[in-house]
Formats: sequence, C-alpha cells, structure tokens
Amino acid sequence: MSKREDDGCARKRKTEAGYKPEDCVNPDSSVIAAFKVFQQELDTKHDKHERLVKISRDVTIESKRTIFLLHRVTSVPDVEEILSEADVKLDGVRQKIGQIAEELRGEDLHQFHRAFTPGIQEYVEAVSFHHFIRHRTLISLEEINARLVFMRENKKAVGEGEVAWTGPSVLTFQITPIDYLLGVADLTGELMRMCISSVGNGDIDTPFQLSGFLRQIHDGFSYIGNTGPYEVSKKLHTLRQSLGKVEDACYTLRVRGSEIPKHMLADVFSSRAATHVDPDEPMV
Amino acid sequence: MSVTEMFSYIQGFLSADQDIREDIRKVVQVLEQTAREILTVLQSVHQPSGFTDIPSKCLKARELFCTVRNHTGELKTKFPVEQYYRYHEHWRFVLQRLAFLAAFVVYLESESLVTREEVAKILAIEVDREKGFHLDVEDYLAGVLIMASELSRLAVNSVTAGDYGRPLRISNFINELDSGFRLLNLKNDPLRKRYDGLKYDVKKIEEVVYDLSIRGLAKELEAGGDK
Repeated sequence: MSKREDDGCARKRKTEAGYKPEDCVNPDSSVIAAFKVFQQELDTKHDKHERLVKISRDVTIESKRTIFLLHRVTSVPDVEEILSEADVKLDGVRQKIGQIAEELRGEDLHQFHRAFTPGIQEYVEAVSFHHFIRHRTLISLEEINARLVFMRENKKAVGEGEVAWTGPSVLTFQITPIDYLLGVADLTGELMRMCISSVGNGDIDTPFQLSGFLRQIHDGFSYIGNTGPYEVSKKLHTLRQSLGKVEDACYTLRVRGSEIPKHMLADVFSSRAATHVDPDEPMV
Repeated sequence: MSVTEMFSYIQGFLSADQDIREDIRKVVQVLEQTAREILTVLQSVHQPSGFTDIPSKCLKARELFCTVRNHTGELKTKFPVEQYYRYHEHWRFVLQRLAFLAAFVVYLESESLVTREEVAKILAIEVDREKGFHLDVEDYLAGVLIMASELSRLAVNSVTAGDYGRPLRISNFINELDSGFRLLNLKNDPLRKRYDGLKYDVKKIEEVVYDLSIRGLAKELEAGGDK
C-alpha cells in the first residue's frame, strides 16, 4: 500500500514538471485570460484596502493625540488656547478623512468599511470630546457629518500642459450611525478620566456636570439595549463602570463637602484622589 | 439636539436596519431551499445510472434556475441597491452555492469553465457593481472552487461507472483551473483558504488518471503526456 503511494507521489512530481511547459505554451487560453482579469480586479481592490487602512491608522494616531491634548484643560488656566490648538489638529484629521472620501469616490462605502472604521470611531471620540468641553452638550451625528464636506478642484489636463477647470466638486463623507455610537461610547471613558482629574484639581462643579451628562448617555445606551450590534453591548459594560466611578466621586464630594469648609475641601479631596482614586485607574 | 433625541434617532435607524435584514433573510432562505433542490438533481450524476442522461438532468436544473431568477429579482427589491455590501454577508453563502451550481451545469453541458458573465446571466444579476445587484468576483471564484472538488468526486465515480475518458478530460480542465488560480495574489482570507484545498482535488484526480493509465484503461483515449 505504502509502496503504491510512494509511486503516486513520484509520479505527481513528474506530471507537475510535465505540465509546466504546457502552461507556458498555452498562456492565452480563455481560462487563463479570464483569470488575468480577475487578478487585476483583486489586486486593485486589495491595494485600495491597504491604502485605506494606512490612512485610518494615521487618523487614529492624530485623534488620540488630540484627546491627550484636551485632557490638559483641567490643569491649565487658559482653556480657549488648548481648544483652538485642538481645532487645528482636528482640521488635520479632517484632511485625512478627506483622503478616505477620495478613495471611496464611486465605491460602496460598506465594501471597505472594515478598513477605516477604527480611525473614524477615534475621530468621533476626539471631536465629541472637544465639543463637550466647549459646549457641554453631545455633538450630533449631523454636526459631525456637516464638517466632513470637502471641496476638490477637478483638474483635467487638456492637450499641451493646459489645465481645464471643471469646477470644484463636492465630496462628502458620511459617518454611519453605528460608528458614531461606538465613538460616543469611547467618549464616556474620556469623560470619566476628565472627571477624576478635575476633582484632583479641586474643581467641584465639573464632576457634577459630568455625572449628569454621563447618566444621560447611559440612559440612551440602555434605550438602545441589544438592538444594536454586538460591539455596542460590549461597550455598555465599560460605560457602566465609568459611570460608577464618576458617581462615586460625586458622592464623596457631597459627603465631604457637608463636613469641611468649602475652601479646605479642595485640599482634602486632592490628597484623597491622589492616594485613592489613581491606583485603580489604569493609565492608558 | 438633546442626548435623548440623538439616541432615539439612532434607535430608529437601528430598527429600520433590522427590518431590512429580516426581509433579506426570508428571501435568502427560499433561495437556499431552491439551491438545495438543484444540488439534489445534479447529485444524481454520481450514480452509475446517472451518466447516461446528463443532458436531461442539466435541463431540469436549468428549469429550477428560473425559480432562482424570480427570487433574486425579489431580493433586489429588499434594500437600496447602493448598499449591497452592507448586507452582503446575508447572501454571500447562497450566492457562492448558486455560482457553483451554475458552473457545474455548464461544465456538464459543455465541459468548459463558465464565465462570470454567464453565471450572472443564469442568476439574472449584473456583473458590474455600478449596474445593480451583482456577482462579486470573490464569490464567483469561490463557486468555481466548490465545483473543482465536486469534479474530483465525479472523476472517481465516473471510473466506477465505467467511463474512463472523463477523468482525463477533468484532469486537463482542473489543471488549467489550477494554473489560473496561481495567477491570483490572494490575501489571507476565506477565498485563500478554499483555494488551498484545490491542490488536494488536483492530486486526487491525478491519482485517478494514474490508476487508469498504468492499467492501460486510458490507452485508446490519448492521455496527455502520459505515455
């Protein structure tokens, strides 16, 4: 039996060697021609996918940096300065999203959605955090989408170096509601960190505002419940933890506030926050 | 816009999305049923008695494809056409099966590889994305790969049924297919996994051809380069 199998293998090698020349002789059979077309089509698609992944990664990095920058508002006197600096950064991110929109021109957004969804979620997180610090409200999906409209000058070479302007064309990028939802879920984590650090800085109004806002978002997510995609229910768990931490902080503020004169409270809380709150808050 | 308003807007979006998915799932279920029926019809070619009337079986399968065309027509109306890839996962599997069945019928009829255009025509869908509900190239290729493993089975069974010429023709065909697939640069995706199985089909068929040629059963049938 094993001998037969050995024979089979030996022969297989021989045939493969034997078939090779045939492949070369007949490169323009209809099957090969068809597969050459498929090769091109698949390569084009994979290339586009790679490019989108790369842009998405850049968007993620820049958005993360903006969020770090925004966390400094709790400890700096001039809030406006940081906000405008963040605005500049976000403009840069939007330019990158413009590149995504460019790549997707004439394509189905959902075909390549997986390539750029992490970046977009991070952008939603950054832009909504920025909006919250300035206006203390939740940015709406329309407001985000309204800023993702790009003008592109359509250049078209006509003859010898002559350029015909076919007029600017409008390019839009639409964030899907699900990406928005996931971005907002991430935002709550940032808000929790902001709450804890503002407590540490002796700011006793911000925590209460934040806990109210977080509760609203939490209620919103509970309203959606499990009708949303799987990722949403996963984030709901983390959201509960963040909310718990913020509510605990507010509770402590209230209890201590009734015992200690207001001007001393800040000192008490900041030393307490430094020894107690920080250890269970992982540094990202 | 308040937080509550925002969330109820999104909730509305999500439930509309779920309704569409529900509708699609219903049509896809019917399509899967028909695909199974076609497969049952075509499976009988593996029976020794089946080799005699392959054309009539193909005809019957072609008739069933009429039902498929009705269902694909219905499926098209269930969602906005530019959102094909949003719901792609729902019909990807059944479309691959149908591509396989169409390819198998065409092979049995003419012993040639079905083109993507032909499959699209049999299923009454488009080839280009721009024109509407279409056959994705990866789904077509997956269907062709399913056919390859079906053909390796057919090669074995045709020997049992006493048809010694067929395995040689299948062997040539599969080899051509294999060199076609070798042109593609596949990523590490489901299609690639399926392609990795093609070499076993090739090997199986080559073994059948080997068995036939050492016993001289393929002598009168011009085995390509096997002397």
